[in-house]
Amino acid sequence: MSTNSVFEVRTEEAPTLPAPVSTSGVIGWMRANLFSSIGNTVLTVIGVLIAYSLIAPLIQFALIDAVWTGDNREACLPQDGGHSGACWAYVEAYFPQFIYGRYPTEEIWRVNIVYFLFAALLVPLAMPSMPFKRTNALLFLVAFPIVAYFLLTGLVIGGTVILPIVETAVWGGLLVTLVIAVTGIVASLPLGIALALGRRSKMPVIKLVSIIFIEFWRGVPLITVLFMSSVMLPLFLPEGVTFDKLLRVLIGVTLFSAAYMAEVVRGGLQAIPKGQYEGAMALGLRFWPMMYLIILPQALKLVIPGIVNTFIGLFKDTTLVLIVGMFDLLGQIQSSFTDPTWSTPSQGHTGYLFAAIVFFVFCFGMSRYSIFMEKKLHTGHKR
Amino acid sequence: MTENALRDDDLAADRSKMMISETDVAVEIKNMNKWYGDFHVLRDINLKVMRGERIVICGPSGSGKSTMIRCINRLEEHQAGNIIVDGNELTDDLKKIDEIRREVGMCFQHFNLFPHLTILENCTLAPIWVRKMPKKEAEEIAMHYLERVKIPEQALKYPGQLSGGQQQRVAIARSLCMNPKIMLFDEPTSALDPEMIKEVLDVMVGLAEEGMTMLCVTHEMGFARKVANRVIFMDAGQIVEQNEPEPFFTNPQHERTKLFLSQILHH
Repeated sequence: MSTNSVFEVRTEEAPTLPAPVSTSGVIGWMRANLFSSIGNTVLTVIGVLIAYSLIAPLIQFALIDAVWTGDNREACLPQDGGHSGACWAYVEAYFPQFIYGRYPTEEIWRVNIVYFLFAALLVPLAMPSMPFKRTNALLFLVAFPIVAYFLLTGLVIGGTVILPIVETAVWGGLLVTLVIAVTGIVASLPLGIALALGRRSKMPVIKLVSIIFIEFWRGVPLITVLFMSSVMLPLFLPEGVTFDKLLRVLIGVTLFSAAYMAEVVRGGLQAIPKGQYEGAMALGLRFWPMMYLIILPQALKLVIPGIVNTFIGLFKDTTLVLIVGMFDLLGQIQSSFTDPTWSTPSQGHTGYLFAAIVFFVFCFGMSRYSIFMEKKLHTGHKR
Repeated sequence: MTENALRDDDLAADRSKMMISETDVAVEIKNMNKWYGDFHVLRDINLKVMRGERIVICGPSGSGKSTMIRCINRLEEHQAGNIIVDGNELTDDLKKIDEIRREVGMCFQHFNLFPHLTILENCTLAPIWVRKMPKKEAEEIAMHYLERVKIPEQALKYPGQLSGGQQQRVAIARSLCMNPKIMLFDEPTSALDPEMIKEVLDVMVGLAEEGMTMLCVTHEMGFARKVANRVIFMDAGQIVEQNEPEPFFTNPQHERTKLFLSQILHH
């Protein structure tokens, strides 16, 4: 072979090498996003320090120093005068109360069935890929509430006790939180949509009634609503007529959040171009099919973040029912603080931490699901 | 011939196929007046459209031409005079309005497709919900018309994924799925890029050849010349001049028509 020849033929494949560490992978990302300049490096270091100083004590308290088992306060008392960690043993001991309130122990299976049915119907309904949506929705929105009502409150037919009556006064904990939140969420959305449509209606009476309703409920604090419904309302009712306190709270919460929902939905309706109405009308669609098929699907999709915002707000507002003597999850936890059996310095912290975790799980779940649905419903038609 | 070339010859329609009824009136507008608040937008409009006629309406912006054809399917309400569509007079009677809207198709400048539905769903929606047609049958009809406007392969896409010209063709197919007797076009090519105008006009010419009664608000004078049997010029809310296309373009009578034509034809 001549040394000066330009002839060349490759005899073996050049290996594919990974990209230099400096441009790809974790190190590349960190370089680009965290340490791209001196200023950014300083900010990164400060950020890490702040995060560490917040998270480290939390982990120390909730996991490392935590007491996981024990029968009473002795287990959770601080050792050698130091700080004590979370007293999870106390949460474990009180767990049934946090979940069911003072619901009679021998009837708790009924609540469990309701929880189970709720999850079993909601999960497939929430998954777009599952079939039988219509049946599923009917079961969830019509059959389930009826079944749940009789399971939770009891059923007596003609003097024969099939399910012993359980007064709502002994309900509590997560049960009350979920009953109020789920009823409020499920009922306030359609009511809010109706109010939003009413407020945009051309018919003056409907419009006026909707405006008055929305502005009234938005103008008063929820605490006032709850207080009025449980304390004042009985004064106006005739002798002997009583509503269940939980029912009154449910109605108050639903109407209250429906007013907020109405304004969120109205925002969505206003964002729909006039051409969509005209396109639908020109095809001969009447008002309700047009709303149901064309306008609302687009409007509601636009305001998913706002709707879920209201849902989350409603879920957390359920804690206010404590003001009228009902014990939701937070109320139940607070009421357990008075028990001397578990009275330790860390009892309050542990209880509130537990409440925070439970609320966070539910609210974060709703938030993530809404983002999932937004992506799912995005049909690449942003104009 | 490149597909996108916009030449008047390409739009040449076979006029011999276009039959116009002598006796059958499709739309009749008598002494119609309309106000927006105090503003008199339409003044004493009189117009008689026979079945099978193709009418092109032109005029400067704000002259009321869109408003006039939008009155025909009651997207706008007129305050005085009569509008009789296919034998039914337009009044406040919602049943009559529904009946008329079922028989009158409309295409808009901005297409107004439903962005959350696929092309096929856009086309089947009205037949299923207004005509109460079984879904399968509606889909067959929709596919038939999508083939006619030459985009059957887009049936499962969403409007946002289509070009403007394709969207307007879908909008035409969507109207045709209702098997309308009269078609209204409100500046159907004004929002389109030049290269897409022809594909839409081709579809409209095809419709005209099949004898569809059409009222088109458009500035496509080539289309007017080839397809229309009457051109109407509107200005300031009135019909100023109407004539057959040839004399209308070659020998306009009214000063305002002359000015308008000189502005759009020689620039």
